[in-house]
Amino acid sequence: MKSLDELNKIREAALLKVNLRQNNAQYRILVGMATCGIAAGARPVMKTFLDAIDKDQLPVTLQQTGCIGMCIHEPIVEIIDQAGTKTTYLEVTAAKASEIIESHLKQGKILEAYTHVTK
Amino acid sequence: MERTHVLVCAGTGCTSSKSLELVKRFEEAIRMKDLQSEIKVVKTGCFGLCQKGPIVAIHPDKVFYSHVTLGDVDEIVNEHLYKGRPVKRLEITDIDEETKEAIFEFEKIKFYAKQKRIALRNCGLINPEDVTEYIALDGYQALAKVLMTMTPQNVIDEMKKSGLRGRGGGGFPTGNKWQFAANQVNDEKYVICNADEGDPGAFMDRSILEGDPHSVIEAMTIAGYAIGAHHGYVYIRAEYPIAVERLKIAIQQSEEYGMLGDNIFNTGFKFNIEIRLGAGAFVCGEETALIASIEGRRGMPSVKPPFPAVKGVWGKPTIINNVETFANIPAIINTGADWFASIGTEKSKGTKVFALGGKIVNTGLVEVPMGTTLREVIYEIGGGCPNHKNFKAVQTGGPSGGCLTEEHLDTPIDFDNLIALGSMMGSGGMIILDEDNCMVDVARFYMDFIVDESCGKCTPCRIGTKRMLEMLIDITEGRGTLQTLTDLETLALHVKDSSLCGLGQTASNPVLSTLKHFKHEYLAHVIDKKCPAKVCKALLDYSIDKDLCKKCGLCAKGCPTTAISGVLGKEAYVVDAAKCIRCGACVQNCPFGAIERA
Ligand SMILES: Cc1cc2nc3c(=O)[nH]c(=O)nc-3n(C[C@H](O)[C@H](O)[C@H](O)COP(=O)(O)O)c2cc1C
Ligand code: FES
Repeated sequence: MKSLDELNKIREAALLKVNLRQNNAQYRILVGMATCGIAAGARPVMKTFLDAIDKDQLPVTLQQTGCIGMCIHEPIVEIIDQAGTKTTYLEVTAAKASEIIESHLKQGKILEAYTHVTK
Repeated sequence: MERTHVLVCAGTGCTSSKSLELVKRFEEAIRMKDLQSEIKVVKTGCFGLCQKGPIVAIHPDKVFYSHVTLGDVDEIVNEHLYKGRPVKRLEITDIDEETKEAIFEFEKIKFYAKQKRIALRNCGLINPEDVTEYIALDGYQALAKVLMTMTPQNVIDEMKKSGLRGRGGGGFPTGNKWQFAANQVNDEKYVICNADEGDPGAFMDRSILEGDPHSVIEAMTIAGYAIGAHHGYVYIRAEYPIAVERLKIAIQQSEEYGMLGDNIFNTGFKFNIEIRLGAGAFVCGEETALIASIEGRRGMPSVKPPFPAVKGVWGKPTIINNVETFANIPAIINTGADWFASIGTEKSKGTKVFALGGKIVNTGLVEVPMGTTLREVIYEIGGGCPNHKNFKAVQTGGPSGGCLTEEHLDTPIDFDNLIALGSMMGSGGMIILDEDNCMVDVARFYMDFIVDESCGKCTPCRIGTKRMLEMLIDITEGRGTLQTLTDLETLALHVKDSSLCGLGQTASNPVLSTLKHFKHEYLAHVIDKKCPAKVCKALLDYSIDKDLCKKCGLCAKGCPTTAISGVLGKEAYVVDAAKCIRCGACVQNCPFGAIERA
């Protein structure tokens, strides 16, 4: 260790490892992963989020939740901001997930189109 | 990239209920589900809720599981980690008093709601064997700040301003202690961390070293810089193997990262730390005895002055601080002395860690701001006495402290208040006693401990404590008289005034405080020859209620000394007091509750 810079670099890198144990994520993402969600393809959706968090080091945490009773619209993804406001995306696919990441998580713009029921 | 961390407590409490096997089982089960790239299992230090161990926490979900067994692991992995459905039956809960609904959020659980964690800030949150996790949570920032932006005097001034007082028992202001040592002109000085923790029932220091060893290492290095020392010792009892192991790993990692050793942060400052194992003698927690032990001599105290700050280990200026004292220091440097001084009471700043034990629902480790009342700690955090028994007293300060009663429960806890009440803060052991505890027996217990632990160097302590123990035994066995009580009190005061070190000087405290607050129990023992709590065997009488006795003979059958006689089905049974050894087997064996103990 030669300098404060060096310490801070280690800190930044390590923070990503422990951040999810603290309450300071910008967004919490909840993916419905009960039997219905998994059957509808929730795993690849979750994978997409995970990969993006890793690649772009997004300040968010990812949680799985159980069935919320709208099985027909699974995979369902809920995004909760620090104020506690919840946005619910329905019938999410891996491709839609990528769009949500770009728009909602990176720019703070909610993708209204995906929050409605289509089926 | 991981989305979920499974934190398994690897503190002493949970380790003894096999938490390390849980770690393995979790890793296997997670691999079976092919989730190993998403979910990491982490070993942490104590969560404080040792009573409910093994504890497993799942983040970011903030779900806390208690009493987790190997058999529960598959369910947690399949249901919670795979499908996102927490296993409710294992979650730690409280009942909301108003709505009568279960509370699952752990911050709202009463055990944690009143706590404030400074010394324990990282315990249960990071892996103590991974220095980068400590760094992530501001670890070694304080050291960097001190070495790069502060003079040694700045550091000492900051400590003074914070109002931090030693957590090892005495409550001496840390900044002043450092100032004395810094003022000594000597190119060889030492920093010692006192991790002897000899108070029976205490495990604060042990848990800090097991859960967050780097905080102590960082603080010792800061202390070294402040007083001009380049060498430190951690004096720790060999009975703390997990703490010793984690400390070794931490020292090694800190050296590898250049935060300990020759040229720390490239500033030219050098500091090394060595571990010295003690054999677990209470007296070796006393600073002069501790120094003797480090030097390889027999652990016996010596007269002060000279104080260690002037003439300590190897005859050089030395500061000795307690583990918990050190653990507070990086937080003070990082967040500021003013912040620290804003917590607590006027003369006792910050927080104090207590190890709750005895007759209390939540046995475990808690950290509360100074000024919290005993009632809040015992009832709100600790959950009160189990089995609806009545609270009788709380012993603080272990064998050097005293007992406090119901009437003291609303006293705000701080160094001076407890001393004013005839007890003391001590290092933080807090033993709760209920109606089933005999206070004479409690005094006897602590005196027994002291007699074992007295080093024998000075006469008042060596012989005085032995005589006091004999008197206490006489009282509990029915041989005591009013004269015994007078003699006991006189001797207690003599030993207090004339002993060489703190061990003897405080050894009388349990006797004096029980005599003061529970005189009636002593009187019952010496006048009525009765033990009101029914603990002292020699004073118990067993008898059988003729009307309740169904003449079944089970009592006689189970009596090891054939002290019970009667005729099966015909004649009620009776106890022969001369033969009876007061073992209580008959009470257990009687299906009709016919046997009375008085
Ligand atoms: C009999 C006896 C036992 C002690 N045991 C301990 C101990 O186990 N741990 C400790 O930190 N201090 C113990 N002390 C207090 C130390 O002598 C010393 O005051 C303390 O370590 C100073 O650190 P502090 O200022 O940070 O509290 C003991 C004192 C006496 C008289
Ligand atoms: S040892 Fe696990 S909670 Fe204390």
